[in-house]
Amino acid sequence: MIVAGVDVGSTATKAVLVDDNGKVVARALSDTGANVVRAAEKAFRQALASAGLEEWDVGYTVGTGYGRYKVPFGNAQITEISCHAKGAIALFPGTRTILDIGGQDTKAIRINERGEVQDFCMNDKCAAGTGRFLSAAADVMEMSLDDIGPASLRAPRVLKITNVCTVFVEAEIMNQLARGSSVEEILAGVHASIAGRSIGLMRRVGLEDEITFTGGVSRNSGMVASLESRLERKLNVHPDAQFNGAIGAALFALERATHGHDGDTAGAAPAAGGAA
Amino acid sequence: MKLLAGVDVGTRVTKAVLIDEQGRVVARANLPTGHDLAGAARKVVDRALATLPGGAAVSYVASTGFGRYQVPFRDVQITEITCHARGAVALAPGTRSVLDIGAMNARAIRVDERGRVRAFRMNDKCASGAGRFLERVAKGLEMDLEDIGPLSLRATAPQSISSICAVLAESEVINLVTQGHGVEDILAGTHESIAGRIAALLRQVGVEQEIALTGGVTKNVGMVRALESRLGQAVVVHADAEYAGALGAALLALRRVTMLAAKGAQELRPQSPVSQLREKSAQ
Repeated sequence: MIVAGVDVGSTATKAVLVDDNGKVVARALSDTGANVVRAAEKAFRQALASAGLEEWDVGYTVGTGYGRYKVPFGNAQITEISCHAKGAIALFPGTRTILDIGGQDTKAIRINERGEVQDFCMNDKCAAGTGRFLSAAADVMEMSLDDIGPASLRAPRVLKITNVCTVFVEAEIMNQLARGSSVEEILAGVHASIAGRSIGLMRRVGLEDEITFTGGVSRNSGMVASLESRLERKLNVHPDAQFNGAIGAALFALERATHGHDGDTAGAAPAAGGAA
Repeated sequence: MKLLAGVDVGTRVTKAVLIDEQGRVVARANLPTGHDLAGAARKVVDRALATLPGGAAVSYVASTGFGRYQVPFRDVQITEITCHARGAVALAPGTRSVLDIGAMNARAIRVDERGRVRAFRMNDKCASGAGRFLERVAKGLEMDLEDIGPLSLRATAPQSISSICAVLAESEVINLVTQGHGVEDILAGTHESIAGRIAALLRQVGVEQEIALTGGVTKNVGMVRALESRLGQAVVVHADAEYAGALGAALLALRRVTMLAAKGAQELRPQSPVSQLREKSAQ
């Protein structure tokens, strides 16, 4: 049997298909844009197409993410906190702390050895310390989001970025550029600023090893390096880290499809097998 | 003709006002700031000069705005608060309270009859009460910034916006559209929410009659109406409200030059044509 998880994020929508063993057999990504329903359908159909499957091959679908109540074909909706916990423990069974940095949400989640959520906190008032902060910096410098992480690693020094507001930081960067600061040192400062805020968030839930880094921003090598150097330890970063929420949703779908609704409690049963 | 220039390098738009030695406005121009702040400043002065007959030259330049330190040919830089206060009173002499709403900053300034600052407050930690909030919402709705103000006036049931962050508001409006709320209602709620924060800023400095609005956001009729409704009174919006900062800078430059001349410390420099302006900026 195939089940699906669809994670409608603020920036990107992720869909994964998982088989009976909890192994990821297809993944797809689409821009969320203004129409969350269309984005969810698009990612879902892309995942189906890449696996050569049809809609009726999918036994159960769980939706999550900020648009989770908008996944029209979803059989159930589960909060992204629970899905991230479920996904992270499947990708790295030693996970106790999850840092998820997405387009406009940054979450710190502490879980136990069964993947049950013990505590979590997230930014909810403002977009400081989220992926938007990075994309604002990339926009001002007219660079692609994929290039800013590697560029930040080439900086000879880390420039102090004082603004917390994603809007104000644009003006600060423009002034730094006009003053002759290098793109690399500005970017190193931007990454350090987000790393500092993320670590503060993790300390609030209690920072326990191992730390698994998920969400779209985990693909940014500069962000990983900045976090690791401040934390003085390695982070778990899976190649599928951006799909973590969708994988968690799919694993919940698998439990529900297999055991009926007894498997409802978030993270009640360990994931069957690891995701590929 | 000897002229003085005020150049206001804003986060979104750069403005220039040229005045003569009697303080009369003879030319104005604006253009999008972009990333080259010095270039924008130079171009906007050139553009204002181009509207005048040949032989006109700028002899003294005061810069203001967030990019005021990046104007290489400036003689002096002056803070936005001081310039907007002076400019607003020059445009409307009865002004005692100024609300300057730019792309990134909103400022409430209480002024005296000569345009001197008595008290001020501004948002300096977050862009929640500034033009960028409107820009983000327009972007979320995939609309032009010029259209959202007029459209907001057609609302029948304004939908309040809970996000304070300009970035998070963008997603909130997308969600509201998905839930079936009308664009007019969402826009009305957006304008009301910003107006509430700006009115609070003004109350902190003390509201005194008359209230003048300055800055780029004054071009948005929806914002003007929302502020009037929140403040419970009419506000003055001069046709040149966007130029208040640049005008204030030019008038303060004139005052400085006059004082210096009176002290005998410095004469107005001989006419410097635009080419010389360029040379100076290249140094």
